[in-house]
Amino acid sequence: MIVLEYLYPELILIIGFLTCILIGVFQKNSFDLISKIIILIFFSCLLIFYINPKQEIVVLNNTYSIDHFSVFLKSLILISSIFVLIFTKEYIQRCQINFFEYPILLLSSVIGMFVMISSNDLIGLYLGIELQSLSLYVLASSDKNSIKSTEAGVKYFILGALSSGLFLYGCSLIYGFSGHTNYFLINENINNGNLGVLFGFVFILIGLAFKISSAPFHMWAPDVYEGSPTSVTAFFSLAPKVAGLGALIKILFIAFGNIINEWKLILTIISILSMFIGALAAIGQTNIKRLMAYSSIGHIGYALIGLVTGVSSGLSATLIYISIYVVMNIAVFSCVFFFKRGNVYFENISDLSGLSKNHPILALCFTLILFSLAGIPPLAGFFAKFYIFKSAIETNLYLLAILGLVSSVIAAFYYLRIIKIMYFDNEVDKFDDSYNLGLKISLLLSTFIISFYFIKPDFIINFSNLVVKIFN
Amino acid sequence: MTSLPILSILIFLPLIGVLFLLTVKGDQTYENKICGIVAILTSIITLFISVFIWKKFNYSISSFQFVETKNWIKNFAQYKVGIDGISLAFVLLTTFITPICILATINSVKVRLKEFFICLLLMETFMLGVFCSLDLFLFYVFFEAGLIPMYLIIGIWGGQRRVYSAFKFFLYTLLGSIFMLISIIVIFYDAGTLDVEKLYNLEINKSYQIYLWLGFFSSFAVKTPMWPFHTWLPDAHVEAPTSGSVILAAILLKMAGYGFIRFSLGLFPVASVYFAPLVFVLSIVAIIYTSLVALMQEDMKKLIAYSSVAHMGFVTIGIFVFNKQGIEGSIFQMISHGIVSAALFLCVGVVYDRLHTREISNYGGLVNIMPKYAICFMVFILGSLGLPGTSGFIGEILVLIGSFKFNYLVTFFAATGVVLSACYSLWLYKRVVFGEIKNEKLKTMDDLNFKELLILLPLFFLTIFLGFYPNIILDMIGSSVDHVVNNKSLLNNLKASLK
Repeated sequence: MIVLEYLYPELILIIGFLTCILIGVFQKNSFDLISKIIILIFFSCLLIFYINPKQEIVVLNNTYSIDHFSVFLKSLILISSIFVLIFTKEYIQRCQINFFEYPILLLSSVIGMFVMISSNDLIGLYLGIELQSLSLYVLASSDKNSIKSTEAGVKYFILGALSSGLFLYGCSLIYGFSGHTNYFLINENINNGNLGVLFGFVFILIGLAFKISSAPFHMWAPDVYEGSPTSVTAFFSLAPKVAGLGALIKILFIAFGNIINEWKLILTIISILSMFIGALAAIGQTNIKRLMAYSSIGHIGYALIGLVTGVSSGLSATLIYISIYVVMNIAVFSCVFFFKRGNVYFENISDLSGLSKNHPILALCFTLILFSLAGIPPLAGFFAKFYIFKSAIETNLYLLAILGLVSSVIAAFYYLRIIKIMYFDNEVDKFDDSYNLGLKISLLLSTFIISFYFIKPDFIINFSNLVVKIFN
Repeated sequence: MTSLPILSILIFLPLIGVLFLLTVKGDQTYENKICGIVAILTSIITLFISVFIWKKFNYSISSFQFVETKNWIKNFAQYKVGIDGISLAFVLLTTFITPICILATINSVKVRLKEFFICLLLMETFMLGVFCSLDLFLFYVFFEAGLIPMYLIIGIWGGQRRVYSAFKFFLYTLLGSIFMLISIIVIFYDAGTLDVEKLYNLEINKSYQIYLWLGFFSSFAVKTPMWPFHTWLPDAHVEAPTSGSVILAAILLKMAGYGFIRFSLGLFPVASVYFAPLVFVLSIVAIIYTSLVALMQEDMKKLIAYSSVAHMGFVTIGIFVFNKQGIEGSIFQMISHGIVSAALFLCVGVVYDRLHTREISNYGGLVNIMPKYAICFMVFILGSLGLPGTSGFIGEILVLIGSFKFNYLVTFFAATGVVLSACYSLWLYKRVVFGEIKNEKLKTMDDLNFKELLILLPLFFLTIFLGFYPNIILDMIGSSVDHVVNNKSLLNNLKASLK
């Protein structure tokens, strides 16, 4: 029974998942009930993470590890899922996608993410990825009446299946050349010059790069972000990124820690491309969801810089970056759900024209968030970028740091453009007043964190330094 | 020293004003009134605190005073503030100009007054932070944070092409500053600390210094602005509302000059000596070229903006001649330019509020209808061209003396700027104030009212007072400048380069 003790969070999620399906089958119109239950389940998981003595242990025949790293990322996933469930409720009901399957699919994808992060084995990782992706494919097309949403789901599914195929092919190559699927054993059994291992590694990397939508494997992201219901887009931009990055970190540093010099260059290129494509392509966008897709491509590029450094301070910078990114994206999407006029949600940036006159507080919050995304001090986004560049310079990656900063200036342009539309342009009609408490709380809370992060910037870094110890 | 964290109180007091402003609600006129009162009170209390600090300040100590240290980012940066004479001069300039800006805002800005005050007070906090911080990272945070309120001030309350100007201002400065951030991080890994006091005593690796200096230079050169990085300034000035221009010209530009003295000279003596000729060339081009450009301007604000670039050229020359007269002169020139250019922009604002045009050709003969205005404007124009007896003279003459000690060719070219500045300033004055009234609309204009006098008179007296009694500033900065100039490493390199 000693094993089960460590797996409580996963077990709770799985049991909750099955129970919710049963409830959904036997009770009609149970969306409300089920989403409440699922929020409760997420909260209880968070509680378990909090009260459980944090132990580092590898269970299930060395394939599943519970450690600070996984707990950290899982908590991030849980927090973002809770927020998404809370602040999208009104939207889901308005768009009539309030089927009971919706929260259940979200839950099952969270289970998949947990497996992705904790798995120490390529097979486990693959199962996790598939569980997560299949749920997300369905979620993307959950708005059955919208052609765009269906298209998004199909597109995501086809490209996702392709990338999963590449990933599996890579896994089989690795298995062939090292004889193992376990990270630790792979690490012991591969050597530097082996071309087959390198090939397999590249395929695995492509599969994972697709999941975190980093360039040049980002093509699906803008369409899927735009087509999916906004509530699903918000989820896409949060939890799967965290999980994908977690899985990538583990593969890079545990399974392929020996061939670090081989993957550094590949990752550098991916990171530079992501930053610049994210910055340049976003300039022309008019739809805020598409814009956020490119913005998140860019942000992933910055997060990858931390991995390229290959040292623990870089890893810790990446974890800080992704945490702040999650907070900022929660904030952005809580703003997006306010843009509603006569029960229709607006997605075009030009609809925000003159927002600051009609809704000064909302405009102020959104402005702070956008400045933070652009990385202007003293907001949280600046510190996130700062830790990344600090670690890059520590390892003498000057070029990468300079390119990153230049792309951040380019990216600042399109964030400024939104602020310009809100503040400098003439006002149009008012948006509806929102009485949704959950939305308001999540907006104010995240804006508060973003604005006052500078008072105590240490509080995450202490934690993330602890987290990355397992990779030393 | 006192246990009261007086500098932190000074820096963050405007934020308390902002908090008050955020809570004000009511109908428009009531809200504007209350907001005005809160903003003025906040800025005046800040002014009093800075004067109090001045009283307590010990002139004879060259090191930093009122130092406060707190942990901020573990193993990297700390919250450390403190002032020496140079900082004090700029702190006083900031706290003096801000209430004037707020008064000018009440006069001229009609929409969204509350937001404007919030932006101005935020600016004040960030500017004071820049002048007080003794930690490079803290300095950078304050330096960059100022972009946000300034972007909004230009963009929301600006003129026709405000969007273009706001974007240009923001992106230009941001691009310049990122290299400074990289340099700061490199310094940390090289020296192990970002504490300015400690860094003064450490020698930064000479092979790096050149690159680090360039990193800082890219940021300061844009902000100063030095030719050819000055193109954002005329746009920003022309489009910004009056008080935005005042803040920009009076204080924001001085952050860069301050940065040159505090960081470029103090931290990278080798590179500073190495790059001095570059700075001279750029400054001389700036002085001559922008003076000529200023001659041809049709727009009053643009003319003053270009003259600012020329005046800042004197400042950078003075800093990089590395002697006491030069640096004292450039600091004095910055203070004087802070007062005079602020006043000139306010003067333009006065007539703009009445006629809503800045075209010089629309004016002429103002002396007949606005005599008080003509007197004020004249003193500021004379201050700007550096007539003896005004504050502008002291700064220019000290810089010229300092540069003569260093290289008389530099002095020669810089001195042409004195003549040219007289040309464009006097010509501007002649076209606007003298002559016959051609524009019928002008006849309806009133002379300065009480509020405008209240704004302009302090600047008026200060311009003349500093011209006759410059020691009030020179005493303040004297020992700190000695400290900068007597930097051993700087002296050694200077000797080596002169051989």
